[in-house]
Amino acid sequence: MKQIRNFSIIAHIDHGKSTLADRLIQYAHLVDDRQFRDQILDNMDIERERGITIKSQTICLPYTSRNGVDFELNLIDTPGHVDFSYEVSRALASCEGVLLLVDASQGVEAQTLANLYAAMEHNLVIIPVINKIDLPSADIERVKHEIEHDLGLDPEEAVLCSAKEGLGIEDILEAIVARIPAPSGSAEKPLSALIFDARYDSFRGTIVTCRIFDGTVAPADTIRLMSTGAAYKVEEVGIFRLVREPRKELTAGMVGYLISGIKTVSDTRIGDTVTLEANPVEKPLPGFKEVKPVVFSSIYPVASDDYQSLAEALEKYKLNDAALTFQKDSSAALGQGFRCGFLGLLHLEIVQERLEREFDQSIVMTMPSVQYRFHLTDGSVVTVDNPQYYPDPVTVDKSEEPYIRASILIPERYVGTVMKLCMERRGVNSHLSYPTPGRVEITFDMPLAEVVFDFYDRLKSITQGYGSFDYEITDYRESQLVKLDILVNGEKVDALSVITHRDRARERAVRICDRLEDEIPRHQFKIAIQGAIGGKIIARSTVSPFRKDVTAKCYGGDITRKRKLLEKQKKGKKRMKQVGSVMIPQSAFMAALRTSDEE
Amino acid sequence: MRNRPKGCGLYVHVPFCRTRCIYCDFYSTTGIALVGAWIEALRQEMLLYEADFGRFDSLYIGGGTPTVLGDGMVARLMEALHARFRFAPDCEVTIEANPDDVDQARLEAMKGLGINRVSFGVQSFDDRDLAFLGRRHTAGGARKALEAAIGAGFSNFGIDLMYGLPAQTCERWLTTLEGALFFRPTHLSCYQLTVEGRTPLSHMIGRNEASLPGEEEGRAFFLLTSRFLEDRGFVHYEVSNFAASRRFFCRHNGKYWSHVPYLGLGPAAHSFDGLQRWWNHRSLKRYVEALARGRKPVAGSELLSEEQLELERLSLGLRTRRGIRLPDLPETALPLVHELRKARLVRVRGNRLSLSRRGYLVADSLPVLLSRPSSPRTRALSMP
Repeated sequence: MKQIRNFSIIAHIDHGKSTLADRLIQYAHLVDDRQFRDQILDNMDIERERGITIKSQTICLPYTSRNGVDFELNLIDTPGHVDFSYEVSRALASCEGVLLLVDASQGVEAQTLANLYAAMEHNLVIIPVINKIDLPSADIERVKHEIEHDLGLDPEEAVLCSAKEGLGIEDILEAIVARIPAPSGSAEKPLSALIFDARYDSFRGTIVTCRIFDGTVAPADTIRLMSTGAAYKVEEVGIFRLVREPRKELTAGMVGYLISGIKTVSDTRIGDTVTLEANPVEKPLPGFKEVKPVVFSSIYPVASDDYQSLAEALEKYKLNDAALTFQKDSSAALGQGFRCGFLGLLHLEIVQERLEREFDQSIVMTMPSVQYRFHLTDGSVVTVDNPQYYPDPVTVDKSEEPYIRASILIPERYVGTVMKLCMERRGVNSHLSYPTPGRVEITFDMPLAEVVFDFYDRLKSITQGYGSFDYEITDYRESQLVKLDILVNGEKVDALSVITHRDRARERAVRICDRLEDEIPRHQFKIAIQGAIGGKIIARSTVSPFRKDVTAKCYGGDITRKRKLLEKQKKGKKRMKQVGSVMIPQSAFMAALRTSDEE
Repeated sequence: MRNRPKGCGLYVHVPFCRTRCIYCDFYSTTGIALVGAWIEALRQEMLLYEADFGRFDSLYIGGGTPTVLGDGMVARLMEALHARFRFAPDCEVTIEANPDDVDQARLEAMKGLGINRVSFGVQSFDDRDLAFLGRRHTAGGARKALEAAIGAGFSNFGIDLMYGLPAQTCERWLTTLEGALFFRPTHLSCYQLTVEGRTPLSHMIGRNEASLPGEEEGRAFFLLTSRFLEDRGFVHYEVSNFAASRRFFCRHNGKYWSHVPYLGLGPAAHSFDGLQRWWNHRSLKRYVEALARGRKPVAGSELLSEEQLELERLSLGLRTRRGIRLPDLPETALPLVHELRKARLVRVRGNRLSLSRRGYLVADSLPVLLSRPSSPRTRALSMP
């Protein structure tokens, strides 16, 4: 039997992970060079467009080492954004080792550290790889120094490469087979396999990606999912090349897929252990690190009739994104929908885009919110992540909001602007350290709510992309909170309500009103937009009416031409939500949501 | 329209013009030599449809410029139509006329052929406007033609006018309106000059050689026109159309606006049988070729879905004084109706809703807003 190595690549965003994965795949000659597409693992449009990996993908690469041993290398690609640390942790639990990729000119970044810690938590062998050595700005010695001092790894173990130019690829493969241990486990023991990914295929049902720790599974076996106890007959097992490749069986150490007629989406749980009904393992594998959503927003179908279709889409979506949580919600303005929990704002945007592109849903999303805590006068404590459930202000004794410890790594020259940004975002308790000359790590205690909006984008823009950011939620702190309502022509748009700090309310209200003024198209009548706390109006703007749009001629019998224009208009209307007599485009909700400091 | 026609409408497209006007995008050719081939093809086309439509109570000969046809040719056309189709005794028979082409004798001849309504393409009583638009006639020519129509005994004739022309002021437009009213027409069509794609006018606008009034000016022209004509007893019965009284609403156009079946003959003509709409080749050559091979000269067709019918009903209905049926509106449209009433853009009489004068001005955006939300599509869900 072939030797197996299970590994993953971890890196700070933009350090070249997807490019390296591409080269490894190319080296294995799984595809014709001419058919090769960049970022071959990132097969979602959105991943290619944004140049990021959202979903982990797995691929099994054949490799014959320099000393002639045949290997099967399972590469588990991982996402690289702070929002997706959950997916990273699932992938890591299925590996024995990782390639820790560091950019030869950028050096060690905040996320490099975070990733390293994650890998260490899973006891993985770490192979440092210095990438982009072909760049003129590459400073290998400095990066080696950082690897030693910041990461505590042996810099002499670092493999040098340029994924872009295809340099050092074989050295990396050799390092993988030499340094990463073969998976332990026994094919004879009871089956114990970890589900670390699943996706839905309209023909085959749920396709589960798993790592076999012990035992063997083959078609016709009856498997049991340990968390639910549900049993299924296995239809097919196999490994991932670029497409699924069926095998007779999967045995201990392997990474592959199971198709077993799991039709209902909710039966699959990422992190669950698969065993055999006939010969079950005693204990499930240690659970994955559970990540709780920190940002909440409601999703509504633009057309209320599409609620059922949205419900189905979310169910199917969840198969591929275990981090998303959702439950029923309803709004006077937007009808029936779902309150969803996300790992962060990028995660939220990705869910939105994928629901629209892949599931053909027209949706409106409400203002993202964090989870607030209210101590009421009767002594009880309520947690609220939805402005709709904001308690009656007279019953509130004390309100609290979640705080984070933000850590930001930047070149020294940006310290002033970044400090200013953090202070504007109510950051306190700052701390500066100098991990390496010329680079500063700033830490701040900040309300999570301030980061949820566009903090990361702002940071990237004021540091010209050099700033890296990571955070952990620390505690709840007392805060003066109010509920801000938005009224359009006198009708409260509940979906636009937001809980915010008292001092930020006016500023936010003005911005939301202005954004809505820009985004709500002119109607046949005047539209008043107001921001209010309780009965008190704190901001106001107006959309003046348009006064003429009629075309003179109706083109004789050529009604078709006229109607086609209307049908185009009507398509646009699908992306609008009716509030009273006013049509509010989805883009207005999104624009109001993106309350940035810039304007 | 109270006297809503029961019969079908028949349209004949005469695809010839001596010269092309800069703004027009209706199909026509200046190749007058092809008239013989056209009428031959037209006869063939009549044969293909003779059984399909019932009795017609309106016939509209439009173009192009129908009056480039000589008297003999118009007579041949009328004969052929009467040989193939049935017409109601009170059938409205309209011909579009270019003022330059007609004198009293010609108009008398047309009257003798059963034509009882003439629509004159005057456009303006100011020679500067006419020169800009590329019209062949002058204001003086238009006056002569209108006098000839009266002299020939036409009691029902209409005048087409245009406003919103470059350098046209409200005063100048009023002079044109007054010029038209002098002849006591039964019908006036007042169109704001609209830029259609791929016309010489659109190129001129693109090169900044001409500029047209903006939203506010266009609105002022529209309101002025409507007030001026209604003060003088005209009924503003469609966005761009005025009639001296209900009796003179254009019966034929009314069919387009209320989904009554119509048959269109000739190149680029559109037809509608109540469910399906089709349109002929927009090329005289292809039109003639198709018919020479015994085929229908149809370039395309569509079967209207319930949703499309609704959208058309709304858009066509709202353009007319008759309006739409209030009970046909979905419940979701009611808050908007309320707001529109508050803004005095619509009026509700009995179970009908129609646009006010100011409401006509925003007629293009309302059909979609008042229509039923699109029904959800059945979607195949799949993952990559």
